[in-house]
Parts: sequence; structure tokens; C-alpha cells
Amino acid sequence: MIATPQNGSGTIETQEICRHYTLGAAVIRAVDGITLSVKAGEFVALLGSSGSGKSSLLNLIAGLDRPTSGSATVDGHRLAELSSEELARYRRESVGIVFQAFNLVPSMTVAENVELPLRLAETDRGERSERVRRALDQVGLGERLAHRPSELSGGEQQRVALARALVNSPRILLADEPTGNLDSRTGVEIMKLIGDCNQRGMTVLLVTHERPLAEAYATRLLFLADGKMVAEQPNTPNRAESGAGA
Amino acid sequence: MKAPDLLELAVRNLRESVLRNSLTTLGIGVGVASLVAMVSLGIGLQQNTTRRLERSGLFDTVMVTRADAGGFGPRRRNASTAENQRVLDDNARRDFAALPGVLEAVPDIRTVAQIRYGDKPHRAMVAAVPMSAHDREAFENLQGSFFSSGSAGEAILQKSFAEELLNLSPEPADESEAGKPSPELQPLLGKELVMSYAARLSAPKAGSAQIASGASHSPATSQEASAPANSTDAELNPLLAAFSVAPETRTLRIVGILTADPDAVRGVGRARVFVPQDFAEGLQLMLPSDLGSDAAAGERTYLEISVRLRHPEDVPRVEESIRRMGFNAFSILDASRSVQTAFRIFDIFLAVFGSLALAVASLGIVNTLVMAILERRREIGILKALGASDMDVKLLFFVEAGAMGVVGGVLGVAMGWTIGKIINIGVNFYLHRQNVPPQTLWLVPWWLVFLAVGFSIFVSFVSGLYPAARAAKLDPVRALRYE
Repeated sequence: MIATPQNGSGTIETQEICRHYTLGAAVIRAVDGITLSVKAGEFVALLGSSGSGKSSLLNLIAGLDRPTSGSATVDGHRLAELSSEELARYRRESVGIVFQAFNLVPSMTVAENVELPLRLAETDRGERSERVRRALDQVGLGERLAHRPSELSGGEQQRVALARALVNSPRILLADEPTGNLDSRTGVEIMKLIGDCNQRGMTVLLVTHERPLAEAYATRLLFLADGKMVAEQPNTPNRAESGAGA
Repeated sequence: MKAPDLLELAVRNLRESVLRNSLTTLGIGVGVASLVAMVSLGIGLQQNTTRRLERSGLFDTVMVTRADAGGFGPRRRNASTAENQRVLDDNARRDFAALPGVLEAVPDIRTVAQIRYGDKPHRAMVAAVPMSAHDREAFENLQGSFFSSGSAGEAILQKSFAEELLNLSPEPADESEAGKPSPELQPLLGKELVMSYAARLSAPKAGSAQIASGASHSPATSQEASAPANSTDAELNPLLAAFSVAPETRTLRIVGILTADPDAVRGVGRARVFVPQDFAEGLQLMLPSDLGSDAAAGERTYLEISVRLRHPEDVPRVEESIRRMGFNAFSILDASRSVQTAFRIFDIFLAVFGSLALAVASLGIVNTLVMAILERRREIGILKALGASDMDVKLLFFVEAGAMGVVGGVLGVAMGWTIGKIINIGVNFYLHRQNVPPQTLWLVPWWLVFLAVGFSIFVSFVSGLYPAARAAKLDPVRALRYE
């Protein structure tokens, strides 16, 4: 059972947001004036080919990067106005992030990896172990607390990453190609867990290039190309079609 | 992040590259050991010298002369005015002895006397030594014993004089033989000397001075034997009205022979025969001060009084009090200030030299942490993505640097202390074989332990500044892409 999110409004809004990179004389327009609005509890998938700007947009929304122009208001926070410290706090408390590459600390055990956000949030030590255990139970890894990431399969590592993203009970889950490194069956398992989060009221912004998966879970599909949003399509999730309905 | 969590993560990170971090920590340890060894050598040498000087009895002594007398120390212009010019007599001596912190006030009593051993006469400077001098370093290697009492008719001879008495040729200076009893001189102990000297006798009733002539063993006899002085001389020279001078003889028993020189600061006034202070005062020796104008008043005056104190730190205060009484006061402490300054400069030089190794070690910390940033770039990105602030990342690297500093500091102090101990043992083993008393060349005081560890942590923190700032500035997006 996935924990019910507790913090913030859970909405995402961007206004003409841009992220341009300068590479020598060339200007790379990774994100080029995207305006979007995601309601609380919505499951939105960002689709597009490689280099379309999906991950760059997600990084801007996650507060990992700052826009060149435009603005993003997430969970009530106007990100452009936040200081570095405030942005760190926003990442700690308002959003949970899952990456394609899992991004677990290899020297730490499963429990220690999941505990990291709680350490950063200065949660009491006594409370931490209970929350870690609960988060890992939610992703079905309650028995693997003392294992190292290298001792887990890809699917299990991504589950640990998901538990870590959820342990602080954020309102928004940002998932960047969470199934990209997994086989299709394991990918479905992960998507099911993410879908469960959304079912419990968590806003989910999923970056993927796998349209079937997006159609199986997302309520809205946004198509990106060359840093621009080129299409928007409402979607009726159909988990059964993706093989995740069972 | 809370401090215990920071510490836990820092220790975990350090353990991940245990060999590299251990070598860096060892580098800090060697740097601190070098610093500790250098500074403790300076401290050891300084304390060794200071202790020797203190045991010389000169550091806790204020030498007092008349304000208008030449000689020691800074002259105070306002101290020698006619109004406040005081005579250095027994009244002054009592005033000095009454000052707080003063142990004793001892007048300098020394005169040239004829010393007869067997049939052969010798001339020697005879000086009085108080019983308190027993603890002085000069009497440490005494062959025989110190005076049995302050009033005993006993003598301690300088080794060179003892050799002269026995017609022995002086031994060539040999450091290894210093302090060793000389078997050739042993027969002198317990033997008797006859000292002939000029005694200062009180003035005759008639008020005219008399110069006694002829040798005598008792003052009464000498007075009887003295010829009346010319009354015109007495009128011209008031000294002659104050006292008379008579030759006297006393028998002294040799109780000890000195190898070290307790009188080194006196130069040409060095004594070769020492007698107990009370005994010497009872002899009424004719002193150089008896030829001064103050002596005409009839009171005994002195050229110098040594005021011994309980604690050397009281010297400046007592010196000032004595100066206010109208005397010239001087202590070796004044002269030693330049020595102390020289030692401080020496210590600083050693500390700077010792710190060079620590400076090199600090570069090791910078290198290790910069390498750690490269290796843990992705991990830093993960931490930031999970909500670590720039300060959290900075503190994490600071704590890692500090942890290396603490361990390296403690290790370094232990190494420095061990090196010092080993060298002390080695040096003392050599000195023991040379029959030289043991010395403490390396001394690690507690404050140095804390200072060295503190300095090590400080240097580590400073070394961690750049890597920590660099780690904190890492762009999380780029860090997460790093393979």
C-alpha cells in the first residue's frame, strides 16, 4: 500500500519556460517556451523522441535546474524566486524523483539509501527506521533492508529508488524514464507502483518514450519535439492493455 | 543535515577509500609529528636551559648595590639623588629581608686572603656562601660534602685551587670528566687550612684609629699589639676613627671540592675558597666597602647584597620595591629577557620549519578531497536531487577533512611524542656512558598536544575549503549524468 501524500497543493504550472544552452557559437534550445498546467492528482506523461526536451523540462520542474526564462510554479512554490537553500528544501519536501538510472548510492544498503531523504530532512532517528521499513514494504522490498544495490536486480533497484522518492510523502512524483533500464515485465511492475501512487492522490509527471506505458497509466499525454510542446492529448488509462492490470 | 548524520556519512565516505584516506591521514600525522618534534625540541632545550639558570640561584636573586654605585643593570636617574641615597648596611639588609616574598638577604662577603696548607702559603679569593646555596647546581657534583652548619669553620675549594694546594698540574678540560670526583684530590678532604686575613676591628675608646700590625690568632691580642696611629692622620681620614684593621688567622677544615663554578658571573672576582656565610660574617673580614666614605660612620656597609626570593616571578616586584628604597637593583632575569626572546624566535623558527611538513600534508588533503569529488560526483548529484543543500554538501566535505585532521593530529602527536621519547632515551644512554647527568631534550607539554591537534584540524579545514566549495557548486543535473 502506497502512503497518501501529505504536503502542498500538488499542482504544476509552467509559463513560457525556456532552458537554452550555449555550446560555442550555437544555442541549444532544450526547452523552448513550454506552458503547461498539471492539476493535483493528475497523471501526465511527457512523450517525445530522444533530445525533445522531456528530461530538461522535468529537471526544471524538479528544481534541479533553473530556467533561462519563463517560470515554473510547483506545489505553490515559484521556483525562479527560490534561493539555492529554498530550492533544496523544495526538492526535499515537495517532490519525489525517480531516475532512469536508479541513482542509488552503491556503498549504502537499501535501508540507508531510502533513509537519505529523511536524514536530509532532519527527521528524528527513531522515526526514520519505521518510515524506511514502511516505504520498502510498499514496494515489496521489506526483506531486503540490509542488501546493497549491487545485490539487487534492476527492477528491485528501481523499486528502492521509488521507495526513496516516496519516503518523505511528497505531493508530486517526477519520474524520468523509470522503466528505461528495465525489461518490459519489470517495467510494468514499476509503472503499477507509480500508478498506485497516483491512485492515492499523488500528482505524477512521467517522462517516457514508451507510448503504450504512458497510455496505460496517464490521464493526459503531452508530446514534445525540439523543446516545444507540439501536441496534447487526453487519455483514458487502461492498465489491462499494458499488462499491468492483473 | 544534523551533525551526527554528517559525521556518520563522512566516516562512511572515508571508509570507502580507506587506503587513500589512510595515506592522507598518515601524511597529516607525519606533518604534525614533525611540528610536535620540532616545537618540543625547542621547549625541551628552553626548559633545560631555564632550569639550569634557575638552579644556578641567579634567577630568583636580586643583586642590590648603592644607587650611586657602578656595575650592574640600568641606572635610575631619580634613584641617586642626595635625598634618597641610602647606605647598603645591615639596616638596609633587614628592610630587604622584610619585603614580601623574600627568603633571605645576604651581603656579599669576599676578600683576598692568604691560605696556608702545610708550609706553603697561597693567595686566594675567599667568599661566603649561604646554607641555602646547597641546592644550587654548582654544588650538585660536590666532591665531599656541603657545610655542616652556617657557622662551621669549614671550607669548600675550587678544584683548580685544590690542585694548586697539592701541586698537581691542572687537568685538561674534558667534558666527559665533568662532575666526576677526582681520586687525587680525595686526601684533601678533612684536612685543615690556615686562613690569614685582614679583620676590621671596632674603633678604640680614644676615638683615634689604629692600624694593627703583626699576626695574631685573637682580636684582643692584635689590639694589644697594635701601634697607636698618628693623630693627624686620624683627623685627616675619618675612616681611621671608625675602626682599626688587624691581621687574623683562622683554621678551616676542608669538607668539599667543587668542579663547577658557582661564581661564574663575577669574572675577576671569582672565589677559590668558600666558607659558610654566618661564619664569614663573624670573622669581621675587611671588605672593599670598608674603604668607602660611608664606613666612617662606624656601621658595617656592603658593596652588594643578594636578595633571594621564594619565587622567580616575584623578581620584578621586589626589584621595583628595592629601587624605590633608593638602591640599584638588578637581576639576571633582566639579562635573560634577551635570552628568552632568542628562544622564542628559535621556537617560532622550529614551529615554522615543522609546519612545512604539515603544509605539504595539507596539499594531500586537498588532493584527496578533489579526487573524492571526481569519484563521488554522481553521489553528490544524488544528494542534491534528494534535497541536500549546498551547505550540506560543503559541510560533508568539511567534516571529512576535519575527521582526517583529528585522526592525523592525534596520530601525529603520538608519533612526535614517541620520536622525542626515543631520542631522549638515545641521548641519555649516550650521556650515561659519558658519565653526564640525564637531560630532557624533548618535552611535549599538554598545551602542545592540544595545540598540535587543534592546528591539524584547522589546517585540515582550511585544506577542505576549496574542495568543499567545489563540491557544493556542482550542478546536480550534470553530476547525475556523470559516469
